[in-house]
Amino acid sequence: MTMLEHLWIIPLLPLLGSAVNGLFGAKWPNKIVNGVALNATGFSFLAALEAVREFFSAPNNQALVHKHFFDWISAGKFTAGFDLQMDQLTVVMVLVVTGVGFLIHIYSTGYMAHEGGYYRFFSYLNLFMFFMLILVLAANYSVLFVGWEGVGLCSYLLIGFYFLRKSASDAAKKAFIVNRIGDFGFMLGMFLLFRTFGSLDFTTVFAAAANPAWGHEGWGQFGTFTVVCLLIFMGATGKSAQLPLYVWLPDAMEGPTPVSALIHAATMVTAGVYVVARSNILFVHSETAMVVVAVVGCATAIFAATIGLVQTDIKKVLAYSTVSQLGYMFLACGVGAFSAGIFHLMTHAFFKALLFLAAGSVIHAMGGEQDMRHMGGLSKKIKYTYWTMLMATLAISGAPLFAGFFSKDQILLGAYMIPGGKPLYAIGLLTALLTAFYMFRLIFLTFHGNQRYDEHHVHVHESPWSMLGPLVILAILSIFGGWLALPAFWGGPDYFANFLAPVFSSGAESGAAAAAAEAAAHSLELPLAGVAVFTALVGFLVAFWLYIRQPGKPEAIAKSMQGAYNTLLNKYYVDELYAAVIIKPLMWLSTDVLWKIVDVAGIDGTVNGIARGATSLGDTVRHTQSGNTRSYAVWVVIGALVVIAVIFLWPYWSAAKPVTGMVR
Amino acid sequence: MVPTSYYLILSAILFGLGVVAFIFKRNVITIFMSIEVMLNAVNLAFVAFSQAKHQSDGQVFVLFVIVVAAAEAAVGLGIIILMARVRQSLNVERVDLLKL
Repeated sequence: MTMLEHLWIIPLLPLLGSAVNGLFGAKWPNKIVNGVALNATGFSFLAALEAVREFFSAPNNQALVHKHFFDWISAGKFTAGFDLQMDQLTVVMVLVVTGVGFLIHIYSTGYMAHEGGYYRFFSYLNLFMFFMLILVLAANYSVLFVGWEGVGLCSYLLIGFYFLRKSASDAAKKAFIVNRIGDFGFMLGMFLLFRTFGSLDFTTVFAAAANPAWGHEGWGQFGTFTVVCLLIFMGATGKSAQLPLYVWLPDAMEGPTPVSALIHAATMVTAGVYVVARSNILFVHSETAMVVVAVVGCATAIFAATIGLVQTDIKKVLAYSTVSQLGYMFLACGVGAFSAGIFHLMTHAFFKALLFLAAGSVIHAMGGEQDMRHMGGLSKKIKYTYWTMLMATLAISGAPLFAGFFSKDQILLGAYMIPGGKPLYAIGLLTALLTAFYMFRLIFLTFHGNQRYDEHHVHVHESPWSMLGPLVILAILSIFGGWLALPAFWGGPDYFANFLAPVFSSGAESGAAAAAAEAAAHSLELPLAGVAVFTALVGFLVAFWLYIRQPGKPEAIAKSMQGAYNTLLNKYYVDELYAAVIIKPLMWLSTDVLWKIVDVAGIDGTVNGIARGATSLGDTVRHTQSGNTRSYAVWVVIGALVVIAVIFLWPYWSAAKPVTGMVR
Repeated sequence: MVPTSYYLILSAILFGLGVVAFIFKRNVITIFMSIEVMLNAVNLAFVAFSQAKHQSDGQVFVLFVIVVAAAEAAVGLGIIILMARVRQSLNVERVDLLKL
């Protein structure tokens, strides 16, 4: 039980790596920086594996392991310890974070080899691992929030990695500021939680919340749980790029591609889903919050998918795809299928990281070109990249037996099962169709068709093995990662859901009702899967027909539907809308009101006015000091007369007292 | 015996004359003399009170005032002589270096 006793080792290793590289790495050759960064994450991964092994082999039936390391904040009734914990949900998250993180570190050594600021990059990347591990291992909301803010910081640093490019530093700021809006809600949610339960510890809060006396808050009721959940979900929409705060994620593609893979696809952006799943006991109390989560997730899924249809930048397509898939995860949480959401989180981490890394490999091969219109016909030249990316595409499109097939299916099933969930199911299905379409569009534009670049200028070359290795491993995971849920298809146990059951148990109905629901679900599983596969196939065929068979057709269609096409190409003008509705009034307020009126006229005016008043008063009074001796004498005389007058007349003015003692 | 009020009235008249002369005269020596008049007006009042109350405090004060006036006369006359040398004039109006 050593590693479980010392859970702090898992996050501490990357922190050490970050500190060493950040402090001393500037003059080191890349090899040493690599050694530090890879060892830090590699050993962290091994430590996590060991901790998970101990967790499984513990005699007490995989009970929650909660470790208190030291008191962090203690103020009045509020205490927050530096507590870490390990339970089934943490197991999944910690393995995904360290595992995928380690692979992406390896990949980065190849991808970033020729970039400046090498040590800086790995220092940030390790720091990110530290904060992400704090986030998933945290045993109370305060420690979780430290990780939550920390990953935001690292995201900011890494998006702005090429900070000399204005677009990159702008994108970094945008990500940071948009996240602040969400964090504001998250913090309010935490305050309300503390006020209600007197604690922020997961165990305390959830044990208190599980008390049936709290009751159920139905649709339209805004009790404590609804408000808390909506506020926490507001934080999640910021971090996980959901409507209406998703706008930062597509811009975040300004960062280096491994960053997009690690932070903006596999781990950080799923933190919102993790928090919602972690707080499932709170969410199931409130029907309103659940419906909001489901509807927002579903709306984001279709909204982002439609934008993804027309993007031409290979990374932008993947970015919108990420937003869309995150919407799927929230849809799962919103319909109460938390384990399906986490399952999709895991498989998505595999295949989306793979997609980004493969896209990075393509960009690397093309010498920095990101526009798919200038690619084409690459499948022969970069075979490994092509095949691994194809695996990931099949996985995300939901091809049978690939990872995404199982997780997406569970989510759609979950949406279908709840009362009133049919529209959500339909939209989810449509999103699946669009997903298959835009992903195969990406594959066809990039790897098939005619070569649309100048061979004399672009020397296409396969990436080094340090990049291809992670691709292959992730491709294997994208294929087999979903098989944990495979037996459920013929009525067997769903290993993944059963494993997570202790965390999500409170949400499920108990006893016979659950069994009946499960039986109904099983009978629906195969038909629904068939429908999903059929829609994915339709998406694939449309893409195949448009981009392989009739390469001129897409342009013609775009021309014939100019309005719709432009709307999509400009991302529904959401950025413009935000600029007009929020940024412009804010700029007006701060420039014309706060700056020019309040600051310049009000505050500066007061200070300067007082100064001017003093000057003019002095200017008036100075004439009394004529320098003429006799005029001073006059003043002295007047003063003396006044003093005498006061001495003699004072008693009469204040009337009450008779003249005593003044003049003897 | 002359009533005390007579002395005080005389003292006040002398003092007033001194003040008026101090303000309206331009010759610095006249001004100087008006100061002496005022001092002596005060001395007269002291002595008058001293006599009326049968206490010697007033007379002691008078001695002090005479001593200070003598010292002041020495310094004052020195300044006046210097001023006469530098300015070739005793007009106080022309001593206005501090004027704005």
